[in-house]
Amino acid sequence: MAAIEVHNLCKRYGKVTALDHLSFTVEKGELFGLIGPDGAGKTTLFRLLATLLNPDEGSATVEGFDIVGDYREIREIVGYMPGRFSLYQDLSVEENLDFFAALFGTRVADAYELIEPVYKQIEPFKTRRAGKLSGGMKQKLALSCALIHRPKVLFLDEPTTGVDAVSRSEFWDMLSDLKQRGITILVSTPYMDEASRCDRVALCNEGRILTIDTPCHIVENFDKRLYAVSGDNMFTLLNVSRAVSGVVECYPFGSAHHIVADAAFNENEFIAQATLAGVRNVDVYPAEPTIEDVFINLMKQ
Amino acid sequence: MNDPIISVRKLTKRFGDFTAVNAISFDVERGEIFGFLGANGAGKTTAMRMLCGLSFPTSGSGRVAGFDVMREGEKIKRHIGYMSQRFSLYNDLTVWENMQFFAGIYGMSQRESIARSNELLQRLNFAAEKDTLVGSLPLGWKQKLSFVIATIHNPGIVFLDEPTGGVDPITRRQFWELIYEAADSGTTIFVTTHYMDEAEYCSRVSIMVDGEVRALDTPANLKKQFAAETMDEVFRTLARGAKRGE
Amino acid sequence: MKKQHNFLSFVKKETLHILRDVRTMMIVLLIPVVLMILFGFAISTEVNNLNIAVVAPTRTDGVRQSIERLANNPYFTFVGYINDEQIDPMLRSAKADAVVVFDSDYERLMAMRAEGMDTKPVMQFIFDASNTNVASAGAAYLQNVMTTDHSSQQLFEMHLLYNPQMKSAYNFVPGIMGLIFILICAMMTSVSIVREKEMGTMEVLLVSPVRPIKIILAKMIPYFVISCINLTTILLIARYILDVPMSGGVGSIIFLSLLYLLLALALGLLVSVISSSQVMALLLSAMVMMLPMMMLSGMVFPLENLPKVLSPLPYIVPARWYIEAIRKVMIMGLPLTAVLKEISILCLMTVVLLGVSLKKFNDKLE
Repeated sequence: MAAIEVHNLCKRYGKVTALDHLSFTVEKGELFGLIGPDGAGKTTLFRLLATLLNPDEGSATVEGFDIVGDYREIREIVGYMPGRFSLYQDLSVEENLDFFAALFGTRVADAYELIEPVYKQIEPFKTRRAGKLSGGMKQKLALSCALIHRPKVLFLDEPTTGVDAVSRSEFWDMLSDLKQRGITILVSTPYMDEASRCDRVALCNEGRILTIDTPCHIVENFDKRLYAVSGDNMFTLLNVSRAVSGVVECYPFGSAHHIVADAAFNENEFIAQATLAGVRNVDVYPAEPTIEDVFINLMKQ
Repeated sequence: MNDPIISVRKLTKRFGDFTAVNAISFDVERGEIFGFLGANGAGKTTAMRMLCGLSFPTSGSGRVAGFDVMREGEKIKRHIGYMSQRFSLYNDLTVWENMQFFAGIYGMSQRESIARSNELLQRLNFAAEKDTLVGSLPLGWKQKLSFVIATIHNPGIVFLDEPTGGVDPITRRQFWELIYEAADSGTTIFVTTHYMDEAEYCSRVSIMVDGEVRALDTPANLKKQFAAETMDEVFRTLARGAKRGE
Repeated sequence: MKKQHNFLSFVKKETLHILRDVRTMMIVLLIPVVLMILFGFAISTEVNNLNIAVVAPTRTDGVRQSIERLANNPYFTFVGYINDEQIDPMLRSAKADAVVVFDSDYERLMAMRAEGMDTKPVMQFIFDASNTNVASAGAAYLQNVMTTDHSSQQLFEMHLLYNPQMKSAYNFVPGIMGLIFILICAMMTSVSIVREKEMGTMEVLLVSPVRPIKIILAKMIPYFVISCINLTTILLIARYILDVPMSGGVGSIIFLSLLYLLLALALGLLVSVISSSQVMALLLSAMVMMLPMMMLSGMVFPLENLPKVLSPLPYIVPARWYIEAIRKVMIMGLPLTAVLKEISILCLMTVVLLGVSLKKFNDKLE
């Protein structure tokens, strides 16, 4: 039995289809990522799996329990961290934790060893009101609260949104640690670069899954020629590149632009044309695709 | 007109005995895309509020868009554009009504605002959606629209506060092309972001840690200086040393 | 592992929320005091310190006796004799609230009346009726005072029972109680429940194994306690500052109030179930509950004056039954057995409201 099984799941809000026949499976102890922008249906999926909503079509189980029929059982075993950190801003760190412990009929001390790696980082501020914490600290408190009842499955909806790069990276370290303890984690993020921290990811957009695989496989399966180009005037280069023969697509990518090329593309020809258009120090080299390249190209299909 | 559009010296903001921003000094040249990075709680938002004329510095001096940050907050507000992730547009008004409203806020005459709105709609290829309710537009479009509306009064500089949070990678890139274009036509862009690849798009980047500007240079020079492959590494190296917040 | 859902810790959390928001708490505790003082002294509809001027063309013994009685009455102040032309200016300049005009033939007419003959009126009251409440209450009382010695000759006799000076405190204290408890119990609880929906914390509560209704009940307890504090404040002010008699016994008043508090909580629960935002909860409480309650409970306007089409409406306003019961017990001094009808209606309403809101309460998001 898999930890999460989703079969043909569908959810509509009026005319808008938030989830369009989604199917996937998450194995026990897996760290599974849902990668996609706002409007991909990530939050709706979490609400369905956390038994807050009923699906219009299809079915899903969490640890073998049906999300409609056995929702009480599911509520005992999942930890859920909604998109906005659902903390009581006017209560202190400690009071929040105590309350959530009481909510799940347990005591902080009983789960302390599990939450310790996360909680010890905010413990020095335990009398501070949750509303006065920084984004990264709120995120850690919310995770501690979601872990307080030793859930078998964790649902984390965009836990790293609006949090700076360092805190984000630390947060993923904590998730890896929790995975070691056998907790199944389903986590969503709009940041493509976080995909590599997951065992497997589903790239989703507009209620559909574009692809599901390990981050490595997804990148390996990118079957197009990809080049990185740079030069002195990047904006001119961007416009010029699109007119060069053999260039299917050109988009900014960090310090360089990425070019998806077909067979007609020739590196020297490209440099010549770009230089002619007034861009100096043009450089072209084959690039390693990333999840983001895959995502962009899947979206355009 | 070659003087810097932002020039601040030892800008400081204290709340009680807490120094949120500690004597920051830098210049932003006209037509630059200036990336303003910092960890959560580094004082980014506070600094940006002072530059936008929303709050007065405790001490220091400086000029933004030609006006004194210590005394002329109101004038600064009229001569800059501002777009935040949270405050976008009125969902229950049409594209056109939003444009007219914001043009009105900046005191543009009826004729000016109609001409300017038409011009912007054309540039966005958006004339057909003129009477569409903003609420029914896709997120990416809303974001582009709020950007052009932030420039409706032709400000010399636009402040963008995390403009691309949660946007899909294609829309994010289209948005940046819009920024490139604006910068190319002479508008200065002052932008904060959590996406480190976006830091690479900037002409120059400053990184705030614990209320101070710890690094300021072109992305290429910063990478050289910190012997890093990407801006992400540069940022982490600096932010790891932060004492405040976390 | 044995699960203990510690109800008390939920109550503690709600109490903390209230204590953290000191300003709101102070407002809630001070509202009854302010309202009582306001209604008790400032917005007085009772007859108190009415300035009376007198036009008396002949100042005979009979006239003088009448005026003496007027001047000795604690609720009237005799401001002096004036002539016909001064009547209008006196009233306009508010130097007098009313003018008593004696007929020039007063003595003769009184004598004729003493023999049982019909005569034209012997005196005239001219009132400044810009405040209708004061005018009508004042006129009634003035008539009462000025004609008492002629009671043997009067065509009718007027006795104002229970509240002879028509003190407005007697009228508004039950009204304020009806209002305050709805305000605090219904409005505050519904807003605090809906706040959790807005903040997103409700999502986490719903996903927990605790039945959310338990948490909501825990939410109500601190507000119930605050309402009890308010009840005490109101009763103390009513008794010792406004001299309301409470002749029916404090126990009965408290019993009725506790019942009404439960009703208000049930109402608040219903509002919170229906509303999706704090603004909506506030508007629902204010527009749908408070206004009709003030209009249709008999607190401000007498229900007898209601147009026929609207006359069934007050029957469904809970405050009306509470206020009526409190009035009977507090002012008229009737025992609880006299308000059995009101009690049973309030009970029925509570049960129905609780039933509806618990049934409508959803432990999912839609």
